[in-house]
Amino acid sequence: MEKERYQKLKEIVQTYLPDDVSEDTIQLESNFTQELNINSANLVDIVLDVEDTFDIMLENEDMDGMQTVADALKIIDTKIASKQS
Amino acid sequence: MENRVVVTGMGVCAPNGIGLSEFVQSLKNQTSGINFHPELKNLNFGCQIAGKPDIDNIDLNKYFTNVQLKGLNASGIVYGVMAGKDAWEDAGLTVTPEENPDWDSGVIFGTGILGVDKFRESIYKVDEGNVRRLGSTSVVQTMASGISAYLGGMLGCGNLVTTNSSACTTGTEAILMGYERIKLKKATKMLVGSCSDSGPYVWGGFDAMRILPRKHNENPEAASRPMSATATGFVPGSGAGALVLESLDSALERRATIYGEIIGGAINSGGQRAGGTMTAPNNEAVVRCLKSALEDSKIKAEQVDTINGHLTATAKDPAEIKNWSKALGRKGIGFPYVNSFKGMFGHCLAAAGSIECVGTLLQFSENQIFGNVNCEDIHPEINKIVDESRIPRSTLNIAPKIIAKASFGFGDVNACVIFKTYDFE
Repeated sequence: MEKERYQKLKEIVQTYLPDDVSEDTIQLESNFTQELNINSANLVDIVLDVEDTFDIMLENEDMDGMQTVADALKIIDTKIASKQS
Repeated sequence: MENRVVVTGMGVCAPNGIGLSEFVQSLKNQTSGINFHPELKNLNFGCQIAGKPDIDNIDLNKYFTNVQLKGLNASGIVYGVMAGKDAWEDAGLTVTPEENPDWDSGVIFGTGILGVDKFRESIYKVDEGNVRRLGSTSVVQTMASGISAYLGGMLGCGNLVTTNSSACTTGTEAILMGYERIKLKKATKMLVGSCSDSGPYVWGGFDAMRILPRKHNENPEAASRPMSATATGFVPGSGAGALVLESLDSALERRATIYGEIIGGAINSGGQRAGGTMTAPNNEAVVRCLKSALEDSKIKAEQVDTINGHLTATAKDPAEIKNWSKALGRKGIGFPYVNSFKGMFGHCLAAAGSIECVGTLLQFSENQIFGNVNCEDIHPEINKIVDESRIPRSTLNIAPKIIAKASFGFGDVNACVIFKTYDFE
């Protein structure tokens, strides 16, 4: 389950990588803007894709705390868990 | 000392040709780019035909990164970037590396309205209370300066990067604005041009004004009839044209190809006075503009070999010819050759001036004057002023040396640019 979510998230993030950054660069601890060189404006689009893919809704404060891939996964897990409870 | 300004690169995304080689073949052979569009029929348009660049088989990855292509829904940006990047490459220029912009290169790329389809997408979301779902590019795809912003960033230009807008004069105006900037030594190279979106939301307003032809939905290629007695309106079009302008010194130093020199031009407005309105020209202002362009170029009216008119195929064509005749003091057999490319691809609105200037300059490299289409029946009022032989119906093997090109637009605005062949001394 966890692995599947990570895989799906990676697929989303990959679309926003600059052409000179390989998808293998994406690791759990990767920082979206600093390490993956993703344009900060595109973080907005990543959030929208995450919402569509996992059928959840993220708030502004969730976005603020989303610095790394691991942060995003954690938020996704929390949202899905609160949806199921 | 002012700079002399030459054209060293061109790119085009026109309804009858993408890229210079396809476009020049179409102009020589008088190939039409006007087609029936079922979408317009379904929407109850009176005019269901249009000139729209066929980019279905173009690999957009050649022009955009994957991230840029995601959610891209602004046809004007697609056309403009294709034409602009092609022109830059055609000029033999490269993209500025990551660290520093090229401070001496700029962009003036005009448009009338940009990203209409993206804007429609956004309006639906906003009205549904879903503003949070707009995504990150709804602003940059719909701001007027989106096109100059995309191009400036892709090429790394550090001089003036802006968008001008003056209706159907836009493209020619952009060229003159870039020309002046280089002439005054404020820049060395300027990418200039214009683009116009495709589609019903751009063309609808003109259909509502009943200035588009309605009787040619079954024979689109015959619809756009500049200078014809049976002209019934302009066929709407879209696309983009781009030129790299450069100081002569810079062009010679890097041994660039030179398509021609801009020797002068003029821009003015009729102030919507003396017969001029929001949609009709003040003829006196048009004549002044054309005359000023000649003065600015320091040439005599007799030196103009050929004219590429605005000539849209509305009832205003005879008035335009009259204005040229008055400004140049030439008529009958003494009138210069005159053509309008709109018969082949319609009126590309904000993109018209730049696409047509690309075509105009190609006449220098081809040593030809491209023929008109759909004016086998020349308007009687035009016939009174110009000898028929001056309105070629097929491409002539005559090499022009000096060409005058004019564009006019809503708001009673006019622009005229004078191109001359450049002979390496």
